[in-house]
Amino acid sequence: METVEIVGRKLELDDDGHLKNLNDWDKEIAQEFAKLEGIDAMTDRHWLVIDYMRKEFKEKGDAPSIRKLTKESGVDTKELYALFPKGPAKKAAKIAGLPKPKGCI
Amino acid sequence: MSQPIEKVSIVVSRGSLEGVYPGLIMANGARMEGIEATLFFTFFGLDAIIENRMDGLSVATVGNSAMRMPGGLKMPTILGAIPGMSKFATVMMKKEMEKIDIPPVREFIEMISDAGGELYACKATVDMFHLTKKDFCPQVNDIISVGQFYEKSAGAQIIFT
Repeated sequence: METVEIVGRKLELDDDGHLKNLNDWDKEIAQEFAKLEGIDAMTDRHWLVIDYMRKEFKEKGDAPSIRKLTKESGVDTKELYALFPKGPAKKAAKIAGLPKPKGCI
Repeated sequence: MSQPIEKVSIVVSRGSLEGVYPGLIMANGARMEGIEATLFFTFFGLDAIIENRMDGLSVATVGNSAMRMPGGLKMPTILGAIPGMSKFATVMMKKEMEKIDIPPVREFIEMISDAGGELYACKATVDMFHLTKKDFCPQVNDIISVGQFYEKSAGAQIIFT
């Protein structure tokens, strides 16, 4: 486990480098995480995915599968991969302040 | 330090439901992790991308010594040959897969293609079975020879299923 300082706040991370405490998260932190992942500007479409993931996680206790995400959030597979290049599930989860998704799909 | 995997080439050689899915799950999983994925369908594996067959794949119950009955009791292999047994096993497996969000073959192929995965049909099999590009679903990028497959697999880990 490690601690990082982002926007002047000390944050605990889990072994995968994701935020340890869901409640530490806010949009400012999300933006900083996004930059670290190579996404310079978060658009409304990014936020749509992030908000949906956080909502699902709070209800179900795990991040949604890509299939569920694309069916329910209104962002299709192609767009999802364009928004979060090189690993949408993991990246979006990290930016959303959630642990790495456990599912295989 | 070991190098992370950056590219996989997955060969799907079987046409049963349980023969096709591992390759699809691995290809989709690779894309989810940001790993480049190429799928190469050969022999009966081609059924997974043939337009009028891909929705009808079934579980092979004959000769499958690992087959279990609902409840977990081992199924004598001879029962696998009973008419309707494959259909029954197929319905059961599809139901369980839907529960854990594994899509049907057609949707899965679309998903992998939309995710940037590439799909190819094996030329030798296409010729042997007298198929043409028209027989395949639109997601198939091309029909390629084994030589082209190796070219496209440069730098990739090759996985045979």
